[in-house]
Amino acid sequence: MGTSSQTADIVLHQHQHIYEIALTGDWLIDAESKDTGSIVSAIGQLPAGSRLLFTTAELGRWDSVLVTEIITILEVAHQTGVLVDRSSLPEAIQGLLKLVYTAPEGAEIKSPIQAASWIDSIRQTLASVSNDLSALLEFVGLLVMTVYDLLRGNSHFRRVDLWLQIQECGPAALPIVTLISLLVGLILAFVGAVQLSLFGAEIYIANLVSLGMTREMGGLMTAIIMSGRTGAAYAAQLGTMRVNDEIDALKTMNLEPLAFLVIPRMTALILIMPLLCLYADLMGIIGGAMVSITLFDISVTEYVDRTINAVQMKDFVIGFIKCAVFGILIALAGCLRGMQCGRSASAVGDAATSAVVTSIVFIVVADSVMTLICNRLGV
Amino acid sequence: MNQAVISVRNLSMAYGEVLIQRDLNFTINRGDIFVIMGGSGCGKSTLLRHLIGLQAPAQGEIFYGGASLLAAGPQARQQLLRKNGVLFQSGGLLSSLTLAENVALPLTESTRLAAKKIRDIVAYKLALVGLAGFEDYYPAQLSGGMQKRAGLARAMALDPDILFFDEPSAGLDPITAKHLDDLILRLRDSLSATVVIVTHELASIFAIGSNAIFLDADSKTLIASGSPHELLASSSDPKIIQFLTRGNHQAADKGVNA
Repeated sequence: MGTSSQTADIVLHQHQHIYEIALTGDWLIDAESKDTGSIVSAIGQLPAGSRLLFTTAELGRWDSVLVTEIITILEVAHQTGVLVDRSSLPEAIQGLLKLVYTAPEGAEIKSPIQAASWIDSIRQTLASVSNDLSALLEFVGLLVMTVYDLLRGNSHFRRVDLWLQIQECGPAALPIVTLISLLVGLILAFVGAVQLSLFGAEIYIANLVSLGMTREMGGLMTAIIMSGRTGAAYAAQLGTMRVNDEIDALKTMNLEPLAFLVIPRMTALILIMPLLCLYADLMGIIGGAMVSITLFDISVTEYVDRTINAVQMKDFVIGFIKCAVFGILIALAGCLRGMQCGRSASAVGDAATSAVVTSIVFIVVADSVMTLICNRLGV
Repeated sequence: MNQAVISVRNLSMAYGEVLIQRDLNFTINRGDIFVIMGGSGCGKSTLLRHLIGLQAPAQGEIFYGGASLLAAGPQARQQLLRKNGVLFQSGGLLSSLTLAENVALPLTESTRLAAKKIRDIVAYKLALVGLAGFEDYYPAQLSGGMQKRAGLARAMALDPDILFFDEPSAGLDPITAKHLDDLILRLRDSLSATVVIVTHELASIFAIGSNAIFLDADSKTLIASGSPHELLASSSDPKIIQFLTRGNHQAADKGVNA
């Protein structure tokens, strides 16, 4: 047989009661594939008990393509009751078929995934939501007990871990928080300016930007940045530690993983978030100023003056409290998903994704509730 | 002297509804190198996790000395498990800490030793496993065999009475695995510790095992116990003979080649 490839072909002949499949040419994965559907359906219509054999004298090179075709033919033949003489196949193929049809030792084969009806899948989704909720409650409960243990001095974490985490979620996050908050301030100013200039009231851009940033956008944007940056990182770190047996190793060394790993991370984020929020407020106001001063002829002193008049202490406090709550929620979601993580690489990815999704849902829900409360209280 | 350090009575293990092993009864004696063997997926590592208190049994009891691990309160339980050292399959080193910090962790957390003393002990333990000078490396910078040895140094940090190994030679080449076996033997002799090993590495089983149990995945229980050499010589169970001879000999012709 030469190296030049010959087209694969398959033909079904009949000699009295014996059917014969002639295989010719090269059957290779990277060659053009030959459609065998008609042959297979022809075999499916043979009378039961007829005999089938292969002629392979002109068969060239072959690989898995041919073997899978033969398996298909064998299975169809088996179903229709056609007797197949395998001994006419090349010995190598016979060997492979023998391996394929040897049942694994002592194993009952179960399909790992059962197809679920849509009602089942709805039920499963509901069950997983309620599982998630009870897991969250359990986690919060464990955390409270861990904090109690920490306060009584029964367990502890490494102080240096706390500082590392603070460094990681505080100063290291400043560049991205700066960029996003400046831009959000700019956007607020532009959107407001278009409307306010209809009334010649461009000076109120300062009010709009400063109130919008301090009460709402500063905290919200910080929270969304931190859920993607830090929440996901927490979930991935803790998840990887579970995969690597690190969490089990801590337990065997008498170190409580919640106290040792989770508490420093949560504390760091809860301490840092309100500070980042203040910083974001400031950056947003500067962003607004950049637009007002360069494009709408408002002087720096006017802008500062309007801002000071517009924003009261309570607006800062509200933003501050909101952001502290967001911090707790992000840390909770990230650590919970990390500790729940399964023991595979894809589970770590899932944990990170689900940490971000969970914390953004938490953030938006909590923000709506708090805004509603502030509105009712008239602050 | 046959002093029991761990006794397991009627232990059944399950993940939720799925039964892994049932009715396990065995005793680990002081000074033993106790091998838990069996085919893949029969619950060897799960049994180890039960022994070190990471998983609660579905049924049965585990005794450390005379005290029940399950009946003990959190404090007493910590006391019972305090003298354990565990080497996980992947080493279980904390990837964010250097080797020295990893080995020092149990020391700083459960003792009141001075920093200088801890440094000395860490250097000594790392030297014992042949990693002197690697104090400031992170686990990811080391080969798999070195990570395992570092894990062993950490497991030995508190001079444990019982050392647990989960598949110590998995993923190591035969020479490195042999070195690890020698290390385990030498440490057992000089520290007079008891060693519990989960493995299916035949070379290790015969080289170091002084006592063993064989878990079977089909009948979901323990089907033989005794020293590996005796099991090979006297067992009549074809499953055990097949396992101990890599399936080369059937029960009928054992003894001829064993």
